[in-house]
Amino acid sequence: MEVTQLLLNAQSIDGSVRKQAEDSLKQFQEQNLPAFLFSLSGELANEDKPADSRKLAGLILKNALDAKEQHRKFELVQRWLMLDATVKSQIKSCLLKTLSSPVPDARSTAAQVVAKVAGIELPQKQWPELIGSLLSNVHQLPPHVKQATLETLGYLCEEVSPDAVDQDNVNKILTVVVQGMSSSEGNNDVRLAAIRALYNALGFAQANFSNDMERDYIMRVVCEAALSKEEKIRLAAFECLVSIASMYYEKLTPYMNDIFTITAKAVREDVESVALQAIEFWSSICDEEIDILEEYAGEFTGDSDVQCSYFVKQALNVLVPILLETLLKQEEDQDQDEGAWNIAMAGGTCLGLVARTVGDDIVPLVMPFIEENITKPDWRQREAATYAFGSILEGPSPDKLTPIVNVALNFMLSALTKDPNTHVKDTTAWTLGRIFEFLHGSTMDAPIITPANCQQIVTVLLQSMTDVPNVAGKACGALYFLAQGYEDVGPSSPLTPYFQEIVQALLTVTHREDAGEGRLRTAAYETLNEVVRCSTEETATLVLQLVPVIMLELHNTLEGQKLSSDEREKQGELHGLLCGCLQVIIQKLGASDQTKYGFMQFADQIMGLFLRVFACKSATVHEEAMLAIGSLAYACGPEFAKYMPEFYKYLEMGLQNFEEYQVCSVTVGVVGDICRALENKVLPYCDGIMTQLLKDLSSNQLHRSVKPPIFSCLGDIALAIGQDFEKYLMYAMPMLQSAAELSAHTAGADDEMIEYTNSLRNGILEAYSGILQGFKNSTKTQLLIPYAPHILQFLDSIYVEKDMDDLVMRTAIGVLGDLADTLGSNAGTMIQNSVSSRDFLNECLSSEDGSIKESAEWTKLAITRAISA
Amino acid sequence: MAPPDFRRPFKRAAVSDQQRRRELTLERQAQSRHDAQQRVRNLASTIISLQSQEPDDADVVLEPYLEESEAPPKELDIRRASRMRGEQVRNWFARQLMLPEWMIDIPDNLSQDWYVFARPAGKRCFVVASNGTTVSRQRNGSILHCFPSALPNGAKTREPSGPAHSYSILDCIFHEGDQTYYVIDMVCWGGCSYYDCPADFRFYWLNSKLEESGASGPPSYYHKYRFSAVTHEKGLPAAYTDATPYVKDGLLFYNKHAHYQSGNTPLALVWKDVKCSQYVLDTDSTGQVPDQQQVVLELQEDGNLITSDDPPIIFARLNSEFIQQLGLHSGNFVRCAINDGGLSFVEGKLEKADLKYIGKCSRGRAFADSYSKVVFQHMARHSPLTYDDLLVAANKAPSDVEMAG
Repeated sequence: MEVTQLLLNAQSIDGSVRKQAEDSLKQFQEQNLPAFLFSLSGELANEDKPADSRKLAGLILKNALDAKEQHRKFELVQRWLMLDATVKSQIKSCLLKTLSSPVPDARSTAAQVVAKVAGIELPQKQWPELIGSLLSNVHQLPPHVKQATLETLGYLCEEVSPDAVDQDNVNKILTVVVQGMSSSEGNNDVRLAAIRALYNALGFAQANFSNDMERDYIMRVVCEAALSKEEKIRLAAFECLVSIASMYYEKLTPYMNDIFTITAKAVREDVESVALQAIEFWSSICDEEIDILEEYAGEFTGDSDVQCSYFVKQALNVLVPILLETLLKQEEDQDQDEGAWNIAMAGGTCLGLVARTVGDDIVPLVMPFIEENITKPDWRQREAATYAFGSILEGPSPDKLTPIVNVALNFMLSALTKDPNTHVKDTTAWTLGRIFEFLHGSTMDAPIITPANCQQIVTVLLQSMTDVPNVAGKACGALYFLAQGYEDVGPSSPLTPYFQEIVQALLTVTHREDAGEGRLRTAAYETLNEVVRCSTEETATLVLQLVPVIMLELHNTLEGQKLSSDEREKQGELHGLLCGCLQVIIQKLGASDQTKYGFMQFADQIMGLFLRVFACKSATVHEEAMLAIGSLAYACGPEFAKYMPEFYKYLEMGLQNFEEYQVCSVTVGVVGDICRALENKVLPYCDGIMTQLLKDLSSNQLHRSVKPPIFSCLGDIALAIGQDFEKYLMYAMPMLQSAAELSAHTAGADDEMIEYTNSLRNGILEAYSGILQGFKNSTKTQLLIPYAPHILQFLDSIYVEKDMDDLVMRTAIGVLGDLADTLGSNAGTMIQNSVSSRDFLNECLSSEDGSIKESAEWTKLAITRAISA
Repeated sequence: MAPPDFRRPFKRAAVSDQQRRRELTLERQAQSRHDAQQRVRNLASTIISLQSQEPDDADVVLEPYLEESEAPPKELDIRRASRMRGEQVRNWFARQLMLPEWMIDIPDNLSQDWYVFARPAGKRCFVVASNGTTVSRQRNGSILHCFPSALPNGAKTREPSGPAHSYSILDCIFHEGDQTYYVIDMVCWGGCSYYDCPADFRFYWLNSKLEESGASGPPSYYHKYRFSAVTHEKGLPAAYTDATPYVKDGLLFYNKHAHYQSGNTPLALVWKDVKCSQYVLDTDSTGQVPDQQQVVLELQEDGNLITSDDPPIIFARLNSEFIQQLGLHSGNFVRCAINDGGLSFVEGKLEKADLKYIGKCSRGRAFADSYSKVVFQHMARHSPLTYDDLLVAANKAPSDVEMAG
């Protein structure tokens, strides 16, 4: 059967026809990949073929070049690069030819595939003529081809990293794109394609944004497009402005007056999609200024790379009224819709960011709006006033807000019970939560919650929990922060008298028939967790009594009836909530020896329940149950050994879970807990665990964030089993060494990369620490001597690099001591001869960080002993 | 219309509770890891500190040349320490044991906050089990026994009974009569340090660990002496009157919340009377109770005679002529008798002691008497603290309010 028919059949509504076609395509691909790809490109380019088969041909081609998962993507890239050059060149010429097709779908699909190929080839310095040929065509072609070419350039900028394109080509691309955007371009499709292309090309424009003339030109064209009559063009232009706000904040000063006028007009008058982007522009400016000001306030005062231009402060008097107006444009029932996003929500969000940016200055601008509207008969006005109040509670100083809150609190409490409108009640409960979140806690000078009003607050919140689900959920949220404020209140909490009542009310909420609506059940359990976490010794027995209650809940959900997949998903969620709650309780009770013993009577049963939760999910393990088991192992100590035979397979499953890397990560942490609990009793399981961990480390499928904890975990194992770690040394050490070499230098990395590198270093160093300490006082310390020079070299190189964070510093100086402590005189000489050990030690000894200093002092002793031995 | 992905969901908290749970767990794990590392390191450094008594400045650390003569023994670790001889080890062990003060007044909340138990008569010692051997050392550092035991790593059996490098340290009294080590406290077990745990926790673990290890079982080839935990929590009347498998030597009072602290501590107290101890009044070098109370004090550079307390209490002062004449040096322990003038106190503080020099103590002596011992002995001779006094305090409900008029 020819490929056209296969491609059409693959879109048939008849399942069996579709299946057969898909199988045939797959077979074709497996038998002869080059021929398969070539015939797809031929199909896409052929004007005689139906649009549907051409489009699918293009999509299959695209999927043959890229995938979401990193490892798969890597394979596909390698596969394409290995392909015969002649075939590739034929495919590419088909693709370029398709860009001039009169069929829009064919053009657009071809544009995407060209960009994918470019994404693979340009970094390899292949296909050098591509950009030139796209650019040379753009002037002389009919509009639809010009549009497709600009679209291709846009996708190309999205796919390819800026350093794979030389500045000369970047200049040419931007010239073509910006010309296409200008108001002189008569064809709206071309103009829209150009603006969308610019959106992707902004990352390439560093040099051009540093050139005043070029930047002026780009900004002028973007602002013009933002005033276009065509809605799609305005929207695309505002999206560019949002992106420019965060990418080129420091270059914006000359344009802010114009942008302010344009955005203000859009917020007030434009259609919602455009207005939302106009608000988002200001939200992004706030984000930037919050970051800059935070850095100003940080340790390196005034040393920020970017200067704050105080755009928000300057625009404040005009910006705030515009945002307040948006608050009155609520939609009916917006609180029932989880995914809702409208201009009132965006406006309130922006107002909150403005408050965080300017602090106290916003308060006098918002108070009149609140006072005027809060008692109006129209619910929209009351809701808007309340929302405005709630939005500005983070940012201004407690000194400024506390007097206002003291006046408002009673009003809010009464509105929560008496207001006839649920929107108002929803926002009121949320606002109370914000009050407790930001103005209540041990760090506040003037408490807003006093013995006089505490009872009333609790009563009102508990009563609200019987309201409609969205209001009840917000009331739970408010209680969450009420409890959190008493986190470090000391031995006696003002919530103690209400503890039982609160717990009971929350459990009742979880049993409401409508608890599945919104996030009500989740909110109730989360609040229960926080109430437990922040409870004091006074209520320890009540927390203990909660254990069998939650266990029973979990037990009941495990009683097997056949479930639909939808029900199974809900059940999985509920398991998560209950395991999460048990985890919090275990961690609470396990933290003190007095409470731990009471709890231990339940350990067997709880573990049994967790194992049943795992058994419910056939292929994977439950992250929440895994977290809870970690806490249980911590609480049980060596006793945990008896659960290992049954639990081990789930542990292994968790370590194999590459797709849900959070599960893998949590499981790695649990291995550490178990090692500390069991010590050398973990030995029988170590072969399996080590195999899995080493596999994880060498996999490129696993999310990179899991690797640092895996290294730390190697240290946990070594510390637990001591010299029995010997048999793993020959595998673990080379891996540590090569990871150490990779993480030694950070030249040219961005902040995020430096942060990751530091977490990697910390993991590697913790592994070294655990191994060295594990071997201490054994007869096999000499096995480690060959590795010592490399460890010292690693310490030298990260010291010289001068970019380690405090945690790495503490771990690193400890490793120096561990070397001396375990290897004695063998290490002494090496340390004396190392490049920077002395400087590093002296620097740590005079550190202001107590824990670094403490480690350093210990290291000093260990070295003294080693060199004098 | 959907909100931008990176914006906080409408009316939602910045951090989800699940995220908070994850973070708190990671925090706990990082802390436990750090603690575990510190534990291993710190156990070593109590040994290391042996040689580093002299404060040295940071710059010295990496100097390549250290004077040979000052070089301490190689590879000094706990096992070496337990076999070391000489003054160093004596000092070390003297510094590690928790030494109860003598009870000179009754602590508040005796019934609530304090354990009381009958102290076995015998030799107070530290028992260290590691690497297949068990060594017991007396308070002055001399080895009492070196033997196999069922403590973790306490004997060279075929199957290791704990991590190879781990060791255990128990605070014991060896009772000659039934050849038993009565364990009064646990400092380390199987490599875990319990220094920083309150007494009630240590005692709880002590009982269960001892049971678990088989060390409380009868002697055998791999287990030469029985270890028996004293009963810590029977209350005052039982501790005083009940029969014990051992000969009693007074009562020990341990504060339930106190950590194991080396040296003299007011959170552990010893009390004796003639009914529960054969050794109420101190004997002299011939084993006789002297007519006059005798005290042992340490001579300082400036001629002051001080107790072993930290800070020390000055009892008297010898003039330099006298010191020279007797051939005494600073650091010597001297024995004195308390003359008829006795001890006089003002507002609970020693004001004056009427002392008479008797002589220098033998070299085996590791410390001077503590202030509380001297005062207890003095009271025992003149106006003792009686069992009835204790009983009254023990029966007093903790909430009783003392009327001060």
